[in-house]
Amino acid sequence: MRRIVFAVMSTITAVVLLFSYHTSTNSAFVASSPAGQLPASPGSASPPRSSNKSGSATSKPGASGTYTGNAADTRWGPVQVRITVQGGKITASGAVQYPQNNGRDAQINGFALPVLNQEVLQQQSASIDTVSGATVTSDGYLQSLQSAIDQVHL
Amino acid sequence: MNRRAWVRQIMGMPISIHIRARDVDSPALAHGVEAALDLVYEADRLFSTYHHNSEVSRIRRGELDPGQSDPLVQQVILACHRARELTQGAFTDQLPAADGVLGFDPTGLVKGWAADRAASRLAELPGASYCLNAGGDVVVGGTAGEAGDGPGAPWRVGIEDPRDRSRIAEVVELHHGGVATSGNAARGAHLYDPATGTFVERTGSVTVVGPSLMWADVWATALFVGPESLRDVFAEVADGYRVISL
Repeated sequence: MRRIVFAVMSTITAVVLLFSYHTSTNSAFVASSPAGQLPASPGSASPPRSSNKSGSATSKPGASGTYTGNAADTRWGPVQVRITVQGGKITASGAVQYPQNNGRDAQINGFALPVLNQEVLQQQSASIDTVSGATVTSDGYLQSLQSAIDQVHL
Repeated sequence: MNRRAWVRQIMGMPISIHIRARDVDSPALAHGVEAALDLVYEADRLFSTYHHNSEVSRIRRGELDPGQSDPLVQQVILACHRARELTQGAFTDQLPAADGVLGFDPTGLVKGWAADRAASRLAELPGASYCLNAGGDVVVGGTAGEAGDGPGAPWRVGIEDPRDRSRIAEVVELHHGGVATSGNAARGAHLYDPATGTFVERTGSVTVVGPSLMWADVWATALFVGPESLRDVFAEVADGYRVISL
């Protein structure tokens, strides 16, 4: 199960580092994250630690539960993500820790995290196995929906 | 039923293979997937226009007579000719290089060809169904719902919304065959129209679903760049293929 956590973490780290999406700027996701539990600032974030999980997950397929990834260090500060898995599928994702120091951080959070959340949820609502679309190059892969699907099953 | 994925970057694009089987951790399965991936690596070595010493690069420089090339290269050259005929010239293997000069470039067909070839190897895996995604073009098979003996459920292939790539516009359920999409959403105008000698600027996308990914891809590209009248030709000659325009 840890593989899913790490995989999703790396996806999100990549998204935060590389995302340049033009899509929605709505901040519904950030607003709905448990802000009260966030560290006061990235500077006070605890160092990377083991993942915590709750739930009944025992194996990859059909697994259920809520998983919190290790904090990943990015250029802008630590990012830590929590996902909810039901029946082996991600049903929700959210950040429990992310950089909020400056305008650039706010921009990253405003774009990357909500988009990822929408992508994950839209992918699940359609219950798709794979994505056909205009040719994706290796450079664009980390931002693709297919990448998110792959990460769940790697 | 369990599922496992493998991802490699080959030919400048992501190749994802997903397998459904009872035991997805068996060495035999991993071996079969590696063998399928090896076929894609082989295609890259032969056909890449980025590798100086690939057969295609040597043909382009006039150093290699196509008639003396690897049998696989000759097979692709023949397929390119056939594709050009069937699509009334909307598909072409003569593409402008960086200097604007037209040269032999079968890249548009090789991707589907190589993916189909890798899929044939995956189809040999007992009790497994597979889904191979090559940079947005998909080939699936092996389910019990078709000829295979793998798990029964069809693969659900989401078709990306070309106007908002974070959304799925359509879902195609498929037991066996290919789904290819052509459009400019991922990397801008890169599809060449031999009739006008320019790269097509239009928006939207064309998806073709059918038995072979190579032919689905040829038609998706041809219908995206070609005239509206080509749709009648497609309906007439591309038996077993259907088109989704977004």
